[in-house]
Amino acid sequence: MIRFDSVSKRYPGGNEALRGLDLHIERGEMVFITGASGAGKSTFLRMIPLLERPSQGSVMIDGVNLLRLRRSRVPFLRRRVGMIFQDHRLLHDRSVFDNVALPLVIAGRSHADVGRRVRAALDKVGLLHKEKASPVTLSGGEQQRVGIARAVVTRPPVILADEPTGNLDPALSEEIMALFEQFNQVGVTTVIASHDHALIERLGHRRIHLQDGRVA
Amino acid sequence: MKLPASIQAWFEQHARAALNTLGGLRLRLASSLMTTAVIGIALALPAGFLLLVDNLEAATANREGSPQASAFLQATLNVDQQRDIAAQIKALEGITDVEHITPEAALAEFQRASGMQETLALLERNPLPPVVVAQLRSGLSGADADALISALSAIGAVDEVRVDRVWLERLDALMQLANRGSGLIALLLGLTVVLVVGNTIRLDIENRRSEIEITKLIGGTDAFVRRPFLYTGMWYGLLGGSLAAILLMLSVLLLTGPSSHLASLYGSAFQPMGPGLSGTLTLLGSGVALGLLGAGVAVGRHLAAIEPR
Repeated sequence: MIRFDSVSKRYPGGNEALRGLDLHIERGEMVFITGASGAGKSTFLRMIPLLERPSQGSVMIDGVNLLRLRRSRVPFLRRRVGMIFQDHRLLHDRSVFDNVALPLVIAGRSHADVGRRVRAALDKVGLLHKEKASPVTLSGGEQQRVGIARAVVTRPPVILADEPTGNLDPALSEEIMALFEQFNQVGVTTVIASHDHALIERLGHRRIHLQDGRVA
Repeated sequence: MKLPASIQAWFEQHARAALNTLGGLRLRLASSLMTTAVIGIALALPAGFLLLVDNLEAATANREGSPQASAFLQATLNVDQQRDIAAQIKALEGITDVEHITPEAALAEFQRASGMQETLALLERNPLPPVVVAQLRSGLSGADADALISALSAIGAVDEVRVDRVWLERLDALMQLANRGSGLIALLLGLTVVLVVGNTIRLDIENRRSEIEITKLIGGTDAFVRRPFLYTGMWYGLLGGSLAAILLMLSVLLLTGPSSHLASLYGSAFQPMGPGLSGTLTLLGSGVALGLLGAGVAVGRHLAAIEPR
């Protein structure tokens, strides 16, 4: 599903985030990416929906070489990759419902379809009763779950999460990880960058440890 | 009839963008009204000038008494020959009527008008030539009048042609100047509309930077991101155009009384025209086109620079 072949990323100024990363994640796998900050976890995740482009090497997603992907096709790649951020990236002037509906509106779904799918996604993360609320009135854990609902509402084949439990207490972190496991159980390839070693240890999925921009 | 899902989705997306942006203008009512007013006035001014020129043209075309040309014939012609020439002149394109004045009739008229019967009686012979007075078709352009006068002069028996056309040329020149001036003003104020809308949309883009980033992040195409801004520009243009049409109609209403009074003093039944249906539609169309252009320029310049982090 996700294949990196000797991928390097050098930022202007000489900072090298990835140095010849070789990595393969199978379809339907659940994988944790660990490593110290600066090891390249975020850069790795951001290359999958082409938020970054590699300086060298090739990235294949679901059989498509991203090097050869035309600029106009990038939005359609991003629709197939649900991305979850540590800082949630929600729209604060819209309701919870509208935030979760945005990917469906972008994809041009009909009005009735949008309502049904948004409620299903909100129900899944346990926030159905908050659909009219503004994101700023929600707690950190709730905002994170709105972000997750937005990422999965289009049922993408891949979910990426960058430190999804970074700011949460252990109980909430456990809840969030349980949600990801549920998505994974229905066949979604799930990649999570995290440094919550204790939790990862307990969950027992495949771990990829990055160090200095390559697999350690 | 049930439309295919993709076409229905397309309509839904556009309807949603159109309604959402209109709602957005209502949310920022004060600033939207000010922008609309600027656009409305900028459109109303050139449209008003063009309407004024149209009205002036209509008013001067309606005036009684079209221009006349007097053809002085050779004095040696007999009356029958003079009649032939008169008929020949009447057949020319652009001449509506001719009046044939014999030297005798001219002398009698001159004696009556001047009160110099005794002096004139001293003359051995009638010094006045036969004249054909030709009525030129009203609304003749300067070039057409020139052509007609050369045609008259070309007739062999015609000695000289006098035409009362200096004022015609002056009016023509004035109208051309007014038309050119209105065009220039329209160009500058049209540019103003583009800049006003462009700047408003630029601020809008700046204010919604995070929304644009997130939209691109989760797979919004460039067209999707662009759409609400283009619709906003379209609405500004449409609302500004409507305001301009209302301003024009009000102005015509206010000017009808005084202008009719002025026209009646000149013995004319002239009534000023409003922009009419086609004028109003042109105004709305120009507003929409300029609004879209302004939004398009702003979107083209500023949207590409926003990429998700």
